[in-house]
Amino acid sequence: MSLSARVLDGDRRALARLLTHIENDDELGHAALDLLYPHTGRAHLVGVTGPPGAGKSTLVNELIRAYRERRSNIAVVAVDPSSPLTGGATLGDRIRMTEWHVDPDVFIRSMASRRHGGGLAETTLAVSYALDAAGFDPVIVETVGTGQDEVAIADLALTTILVQVPGLGDSVQTLKAGVLEIGDILVVTKADRPEAGELARDLVRLKTLNPGQRPAWDPPVLKTSATRREGIGAVIEAIDQHRAWLADSGELDRRRRRIATTEIAARVQAELRRRADADDDSCLNTLVEHVIARDLTPYRAAERFLGTLPV
Amino acid sequence: MTADVSRPDRARRIRVLVAKPGLDGHDRGAKVMARAFRDAGFEVIYTGLFQTPEMIASAAVQEDVDVVGLSILSGAHLALFPPIMTALRDVGRHDALVVAGGTIPKEDIPAVEELGIAAVFGPGTPLHEAVAFIRERAPTREDVP
Repeated sequence: MSLSARVLDGDRRALARLLTHIENDDELGHAALDLLYPHTGRAHLVGVTGPPGAGKSTLVNELIRAYRERRSNIAVVAVDPSSPLTGGATLGDRIRMTEWHVDPDVFIRSMASRRHGGGLAETTLAVSYALDAAGFDPVIVETVGTGQDEVAIADLALTTILVQVPGLGDSVQTLKAGVLEIGDILVVTKADRPEAGELARDLVRLKTLNPGQRPAWDPPVLKTSATRREGIGAVIEAIDQHRAWLADSGELDRRRRRIATTEIAARVQAELRRRADADDDSCLNTLVEHVIARDLTPYRAAERFLGTLPV
Repeated sequence: MTADVSRPDRARRIRVLVAKPGLDGHDRGAKVMARAFRDAGFEVIYTGLFQTPEMIASAAVQEDVDVVGLSILSGAHLALFPPIMTALRDVGRHDALVVAGGTIPKEDIPAVEELGIAAVFGPGTPLHEAVAFIRERAPTREDVP
């Protein structure tokens, strides 16, 4: 029996193996996705992002609990960084989710970023497709701990939860562009800490400074405390509301288009990069010579290179 | 992705589960090994403390690891390793290379190896030896799409 058939049949071992193939970007993974892709599009993909140590994994653990209380089958893809020196990685997000290790309706997979930028691995979305096809809904993607500029998740998830933690800086931080702008839901974790209220107020103020940017959806600012088990119900409710709003407003179709466009473009870019790195592409090599000789700008060289590609 | 140059048949990264079974709360050794494996270019999934055999087996399935490393300091290895090996077999992960580390007396090693555990890395094992062993012995596999 093929891997894809076993995945559709609910075989977790086959699913896990397939994820490895997808992660390794090999032909077997691509071939299995050809077969599974028609079965995708059912799961709600929720991204969880925020700085290192903000409590993303702990929040995800509480989300699992809440979704299990509703009897949802839930999958989590947790991305941690790969070493820039050795390519190795320590993937530690499971530690926060150990109570679900033997629940057959929870599937947790750790992924190394493999030096892909933006807080995700290159194949994270493809991995989420396989989990979608296997019947998990929602699929939660937890990014690498992000700083100010890793916004890739917002182009790939249907609902993005931005986690912020008190005590990382003054209110000027909340004024900066970047990651703070991408959250569909803003969550202030560790709300038992005294500075949490101030941070939440800053985030609310930030929103009201940008009227008209998101006319139809107003990102809620929610406070959670995992130690007190508080606030998670409101987060789940906000995810539900956002999911319903996506469908009702037509934004779902827009986001699906954006996700598909992002994925195709990323794939083209990765393929071009591979060809460039392989150093055996004669057309590319010729163009490189022209650029070095200063008789062609890199911009024009890129145009010519793209002109040689079959459409 | 960078292939492991020492193994031309392996075009993928070695994934290792480092697990702490049982009730001992000391994971310094496990963390040192996790760090050494990371520095060797492996992807290491650390489970945390107090893992039951079923939890270890389930993590081995979901993470699709090539290697399961068991770290134990409690002295309960002869009680804990058999159910772990059984649990791995039950979930179809008897194909994984299983190694153990920690305080396992020399006289227990034959019994441990009898269970199908490929190697025991006791205190003082040079890290590069454990790394080389795993690189050499991590299984390969074949699948159909």
